[in-house]
Formats: sequence, structure tokens, C-alpha cells
Amino acid sequence: MHDHAHHENELDEMTARMRALETILVEKGLIDPAAVDEIIETYEHKVGPRNGAAVVARAWTDPDFADWLRSDASAAIASMGFVGRQGEHMVAVFNTPTVHNLVVCTLCSCYPWPVLGLPPAWYKATAYRARAVREPRAVLAEFGVTLHPEVQIQVWDSTAEVRYLVIPERPEGTDALDAEALAALVSRDSMIGCGLARSPEVA
Amino acid sequence: MNGPQDLGGRHGFGPVLPEDEGTRFHAEWEKRVLGVTLAAGALGHWNIDASRHARESLPPATYLSASYYAIWLRALEALLVDAGEVTEEELSSGHADAPGHRQHRRLMADAVEDVLAKGGPANRAGPVPVFSIGDRVRTRNHQPSGHTRLPGYARGGAGVVTAVHGPHVYPDTNAHFEGENPKPLYTVRFAAADLYGDDADPTLTVSIDAWEPYLERA
Repeated sequence: MHDHAHHENELDEMTARMRALETILVEKGLIDPAAVDEIIETYEHKVGPRNGAAVVARAWTDPDFADWLRSDASAAIASMGFVGRQGEHMVAVFNTPTVHNLVVCTLCSCYPWPVLGLPPAWYKATAYRARAVREPRAVLAEFGVTLHPEVQIQVWDSTAEVRYLVIPERPEGTDALDAEALAALVSRDSMIGCGLARSPEVA
Repeated sequence: MNGPQDLGGRHGFGPVLPEDEGTRFHAEWEKRVLGVTLAAGALGHWNIDASRHARESLPPATYLSASYYAIWLRALEALLVDAGEVTEEELSSGHADAPGHRQHRRLMADAVEDVLAKGGPANRAGPVPVFSIGDRVRTRNHQPSGHTRLPGYARGGAGVVTAVHGPHVYPDTNAHFEGENPKPLYTVRFAAADLYGDDADPTLTVSIDAWEPYLERA
């Protein structure tokens, strides 16, 4: 009894509040706890940024696929099996030596779940949402990224149901790598525009 | 609404804190918020625009000081109360006083994969778009007290249409259960100086997705 009480005291406010709501909904027959577990399992372990990295690696190695991404990213990405909630209307934006793309949702947390999984905490937090549309170079510096001063920065604010995936530039010295090895160079942040693809010697 | 969610271009929020891509959650309760929010969404009492409006309708001080899953949880409670599925008394006691109304809509575990894979496309049949790629447009001084997806920093700005997406569900009405009311959706690109003035980064453009009622010809 003592241990039980002690444990209960350690529950923080949000833990208790969430537990109460879930209990109520289960008692009401409105949610199935196993379905909740399955949703969590999907986004904790199955759907994540390795999906997007596979898309990028294919775009780097398959020019026809890259063209398809440019003209109809939803269909091109769906052809790899990455479909569903928060990825219904996809647009791929390609970095070049003179253009860098960066994605934000200033109004909430819109993010391409089927290719990148759940958004990271910083993507949903106030600082990124406030600053990405105004001072992206300063934001990039906080990710350790410095672009040439003449590079044009295109920021995409996801204000509708269109979801954006950045295709980073392919690093030099990667001609001999296959798609799987290339995908390992593609970080999540590079597909948001807050990073660059890694060079093979650093990866 | 001119609420706490409309953060673009504002000053004083401090540094961005990068995080390892392996970090998915910061506490167990966050996982349950995600799962229960999506499972409760399947009951069909609200749509995605209404859920966004529930979050932005939290008191500004609460919104700005809460973590994102804490915002989700508070909004979920509000949505369920508004839908008549849960009472404030039940939230206080932590137990149900009456059975749910939409038990027949309960999302079961074996349906989760299909439901998540199906998603909820927002494109609809609707009006023929008035604007074309390359057109110069200006965002209207559109600031309803209810939900809108026109961010404040882009209000009154002149830009160029760079994509025409066709009619999509219009959030300004859908969030308030006043109909999907599909309107043509565009991507509009602005030079930063046209949003923030002469001190703006000259290498920066910002694009938003804007529904036709937000726009006029420039």
C-alpha cells in the first residue's frame, strides 16, 4: 500500500490527466486500448524518416523517378508504399547549388508523416515556427549549417494539407554508392531543410 | 483567429533546440496522447480543422507555455466535452458516468493500419480556379475571429502564384462545422521584403498555401 501510494505521488500532472481521459474513454466504450497501442507502435517503430531517405536516395539514382517526384510527388512516393495520414498531397522541393529549401508549419505542426514520421519536438515548438519564415539562416546556424551568402532560401509554410519533402543535394564522392548506402547519408533534418546530406567519410 | 498559434515572423522565442532523430517521444503520456487523439478522431465528431481550432483556442498563456502534446491533450478534452461524449465532472473524477454515444464508431486494433494508410485527402470537386501560375496576387486583410489558415505575417502581402492545387476543403468554414465549402488552393510565393520590410533577408522567399478567398489580384 505504501509503495502504491508513493508511486502514485510520482505521477506528474500530464501523466495523471492522460490516464484519466483514457480510462474514461475505455469505460465508455469509445476507444480500444489495443488500437491506441497499434497507433503508437506504427509511429514509434514503423513509420519514420528512413522512408523519406529511401525516396531521396532513389531520386538521386533514378532520373525518371526524380522527374516523377517533380511532377507528381504524391504518386511517386505512393509507388514506394509510403501513403496515408498527413501525406495525402505531397510536393517534393529540390535543393540545388543555388537554392536551398526549408519547411515549416507556423500555425501548428503540419509535417509529412508517411515519409518522415512524427515531427520532432523543435519543429512543433514556438522558436522554430516563429523564426523559420523570417531568419532561416540564423535557424540553420543553430543546426550547424552555414549556406553561401548568395544561396537563395525558399521557405515553405505548410498552411494547407499539402506536405513538403526537401530533396537535399547529393554529396560529392558518392558515385560508387548504391541506393541503400546513399539513404544512410540522408538525415531527417536534411529532408526538412535544416541539414545537409552527410558526406560518406563522415557518415 | 489572431491567436497564440499564429507565430510566424514573431520575435523573442529564443533558440531552436535540435534533437537526435531517434527521439520520438519524451514521456509515456505523450504516446498515449497521440494514440488516443487519433483513435478518438475516428469517432467522427470533429474534423482536422476543428481539432486545430480547438488547440489554437486554448488561452494564449496556456498555449505558449505548454508542450505540444500537452496542447493536444487539453484540446482533446475540449473536443470531447463539446461533442457531448465526456463531461467536466467525468474529467474531474477520472471515471465514466455514462456509456459513450458512438461506441459503434470505435476504432478497433485490426482496423488501425488501413485507417492510417487511407488518410484523409482534402481535395474535392469545386469551383474553377480564377488565378493561374505566374499571376500577381495580394493577400486580403482577412482576420476572422474564428479559424483561418492565412498566417498574420503574410496578410496584405503581394506575391506570385507558383502552383494551382485545385479545390480543397476550406478550413475557415470546416473548422466550425459550416461545411467543407471547397475553394481553389494555390501556392503563393513572397519576397521576404514584401512581408517584413526593407531589413528582410534579400535571399529569402516564403511560400504559403492559400485558398482563393484569401487572395485578390495585385
